[in-house]
Amino acid sequence: MLEIKNLHATVGGKEILRGINLTIRDGEIHAVMGTNGAGKSTLCNVIVGHPAYTVTEGSITLDGQDLLAMSIEERAHAGVFMSFQHPIEIPGVSMVNFMRTAVNARRQALGLEPLKSTDFLKLMREKRALVDIDNRLVNRSVNEGFSGGEKKRNEIFQMAMLDPSFCILDETDSGLDVDALRVVAEGFNKIRTEQTSAIVITHYQRLLDYIKPDVVHVLLNGQLVKTGGPELAQQIEKQGFDWIKEELNA
Amino acid sequence: MANEYVKKVAEEKYKYGFTTNVYTEIIDKGLNEDIVRLISQKKGEPEWMLDFRLKAYRFWQEQKQPTWAHLRMPEIDYQAISYYADPTAKKADEGKKEIDPELMKTFDKLGIPLEERMALSGVAVDAVMDSVSIKTTFKERLSEKGIIFCSISEAINQYPELVRQYLGSVVPYRDNYFAALNSAVFSDGSFVYIPKNTRCPMELSTYFRINARNTGQFERTLIVCEAGGYVSYLEGCTAPMRDENQLHAAIVEIVVMDDAEVKYSTVQNWYPGDSEGRGGVLNLVTKRGHLRGANSKLSWTQVETGSAITWKYPSCILSGDGSQAEFYSVAVTNHHQQADTGTKMIHLGRNTRSTIISKGISAGQSENSYRGLVRVGKDADGARNYSSCDSLLLGNRCGAHTFPYQDVQNATAIIEHEATTSKISEDQLLYCNQRGISTEEAVGLIVNGYAKDVINKLPMEFAVEATKLLSVSLEGSVG
Repeated sequence: MLEIKNLHATVGGKEILRGINLTIRDGEIHAVMGTNGAGKSTLCNVIVGHPAYTVTEGSITLDGQDLLAMSIEERAHAGVFMSFQHPIEIPGVSMVNFMRTAVNARRQALGLEPLKSTDFLKLMREKRALVDIDNRLVNRSVNEGFSGGEKKRNEIFQMAMLDPSFCILDETDSGLDVDALRVVAEGFNKIRTEQTSAIVITHYQRLLDYIKPDVVHVLLNGQLVKTGGPELAQQIEKQGFDWIKEELNA
Repeated sequence: MANEYVKKVAEEKYKYGFTTNVYTEIIDKGLNEDIVRLISQKKGEPEWMLDFRLKAYRFWQEQKQPTWAHLRMPEIDYQAISYYADPTAKKADEGKKEIDPELMKTFDKLGIPLEERMALSGVAVDAVMDSVSIKTTFKERLSEKGIIFCSISEAINQYPELVRQYLGSVVPYRDNYFAALNSAVFSDGSFVYIPKNTRCPMELSTYFRINARNTGQFERTLIVCEAGGYVSYLEGCTAPMRDENQLHAAIVEIVVMDDAEVKYSTVQNWYPGDSEGRGGVLNLVTKRGHLRGANSKLSWTQVETGSAITWKYPSCILSGDGSQAEFYSVAVTNHHQQADTGTKMIHLGRNTRSTIISKGISAGQSENSYRGLVRVGKDADGARNYSSCDSLLLGNRCGAHTFPYQDVQNATAIIEHEATTSKISEDQLLYCNQRGISTEEAVGLIVNGYAKDVINKLPMEFAVEATKLLSVSLEGSVG
C-alpha cells in the first residue's frame, strides 16, 4: 500500500505540490489527470526520488516503509518502478547487461544470490514472450535507436523483469499510435498481479480504455481537487477541466 | 548526486601502490657521459652499444624538451634522477643468489606469477623491475620453435647481429627528445624475434614495475616478426605511490615483414598521483612499428588508466604494399591526470589501410587529448584511413580535446574522420538508479559499454582485467 500524506514539494524553489493526500491499496489502479503544469510529473518524480525535487513537508510510505528516507535505487529495490515518459538512451550498454545488473542489484538488496546466467537468460526469454518484445531490441543498447513505441514497450518489458509492487506509468500513451498503445497497455495488464498497484498519469481516456482505473483523480495547481470513478475520466475527455475549475471557484 | 559520486571517486586508493623492501643497488644521481658508460658497463655491453648510447647522449644534450603537447609538464631535473637501479644485485658479503623471494612475491601480488607452473596458461612473461629484468618465463619452450623471447640486455649479448640490425631502425635516437634520452640510458625491456612462417604459440607479455625511489625507468623493447610470422604481445605497468614524480621514458620498436602480423596491447596503470595531483609517473613514450613487408599487419591496442602525465603516440609506418595498421585506444584520466595521446599513420606503400579508434574518458579535473596524424605519401595510391575519436566527460571540471592532423599528397587517398563528445547525463544516471542500479555501477556500465569496441580487441585473458581496471579507475569500490 502506498500512502501519501500532506505532500509538499518544490523544484528550483518553486512550490509545485501543495498538500497531496493519496492512498493506493494493493491491487488498485489510480489514474491521475490534469492540465499541463498541474504537477503530475512532479508527483511521479517525487515518489521515485528525483534529486531535482525537494520535499518540504509530508510523507510517502510504501508498505509502511518511509520512501523519503531512501535513495532512488533503494526505492526501486523496495518495489517502485516508473515507466518514463521519455525513456533515455544509453549507448554502448546492452539491454542484457543492463537488465542483469538491475535484476541482480535488487536481488542483492533482498538478500538473494545473483541469478545464474542460464536462469537469467531464461527469465529474459519468458518475459520477452509475455510483453511480445522483439529479440532484436533486447540485443541492442538500452533504448538506442528505438522508435517511440519500442521505447514504451521496453519500459513494460523492464517492469516485467523487475517485478515491482508499485508502478508509475508517466504518460505512457504520449507519442503512441492506437495500435502501439494497445500493445503496451495489454503488456501491462498481462504482467500485473492482483497485488500490483499503480498510478497512471494521462491526458486521455484512450489509455484508460485498456488499463481500467479503480479511482480517477484530478490534479490541478498542485492539489488533488476531485476524485471519482472511471466515469470521471470520460467526463473530462468530453468537457475538459474548465467545469472542475468553475466548481472549485464557486 | 553526481558530485557526491565524484567525491567518492576522489577518495579511491590505487591498488598497486605498495613498495617492495629489497636491497637495490642504485647508481649515483645525475646524467653525464660517465653515467652512460657505467650503465653500459654494468650490462656488460659490447663497444657498438656504448657508441650508440654516447651518440644518443650527445644528441640529447643539444635538444630542448618539447612543449607542443597539451600538457602542464612539471620541470624535470634530469640531474636529480638515478638512471640505474638493480633490485637483483647482491650485497658485497653475499654470494651468488637466486631470485630474491621478495621479488617473486611482488609479482605474485601483482597477479603475475613467475613460477611457470602457476602462470596464466598460454602467457609467457618477462618481468622487469626498475632497470633489470627479473625473470622471463617459458623461454625454453619458445626456443624450440626458434622464437626468441628474452630481456633486451640479454639479447644485446646473445644475439648482437639481430639487435644491431634493428635497434634504432624504427625509432632513431634523433627522433625526439625523449627517444634520445632513452637511447642513451635505456636499461631493460624485452626482445622478441619470430622466425619465418612461425606462429607464436602463446601470448608474450612484459610486466614493468617501478619500485626504487627517485629513479627513472627507461624501457626498451624490440619486436621483429619475420615473413609469415605472428605474435601477440602485451605489456602491463604499475608503480608504488610516491609523493614525487617518477620518470618512465620508453621506446618500443616493431618490425613486421611480408604477410606477418603483430598485435601489441598495453594495459598501462602507472601510479596516477593522488587526488590533489601530487606524485605520479610521467609516462613519456615513443612507440612505433614499421610495416616493411607487403600485406603485413600491425595493431596497437592500449588501455591507459594510470600516470600523472601520458605523452604517447604509438605509430605505424606502412611502407609494405597492402599493409594494414590499426590503433585502438581507451585513455582514462581522473583527478589531475593529463593525457596527450594518439597515433601517427604514415602511408607510404600502395593500397595501405589504417584504422584509428580512440575513446577518451575524462573525470575530475583532468585533461585528456587525442592527437593524431594521418599522412599519405605521394606514391601511396589507394591508401585508406578511417578515424573515429570519441570523448566522454564525467563532471564539469575536466577537459577533452582532439587534435587531428592530415597530410595527404596522393589524390587517390580516402580519409574519413569522425568525432563525438558526450557526457554521462544526470538523466542516464537517474534512469539506472530507478532500475535499482547504483550510480557507481551505472558509471561502470556506461564507461565499459563506451570502451567495449577497444576492450574487445585485447587478448581475452586481459580484457577481463582491463574491464575491472576501468571500473576501479572511475568507480569507487569495485576490485
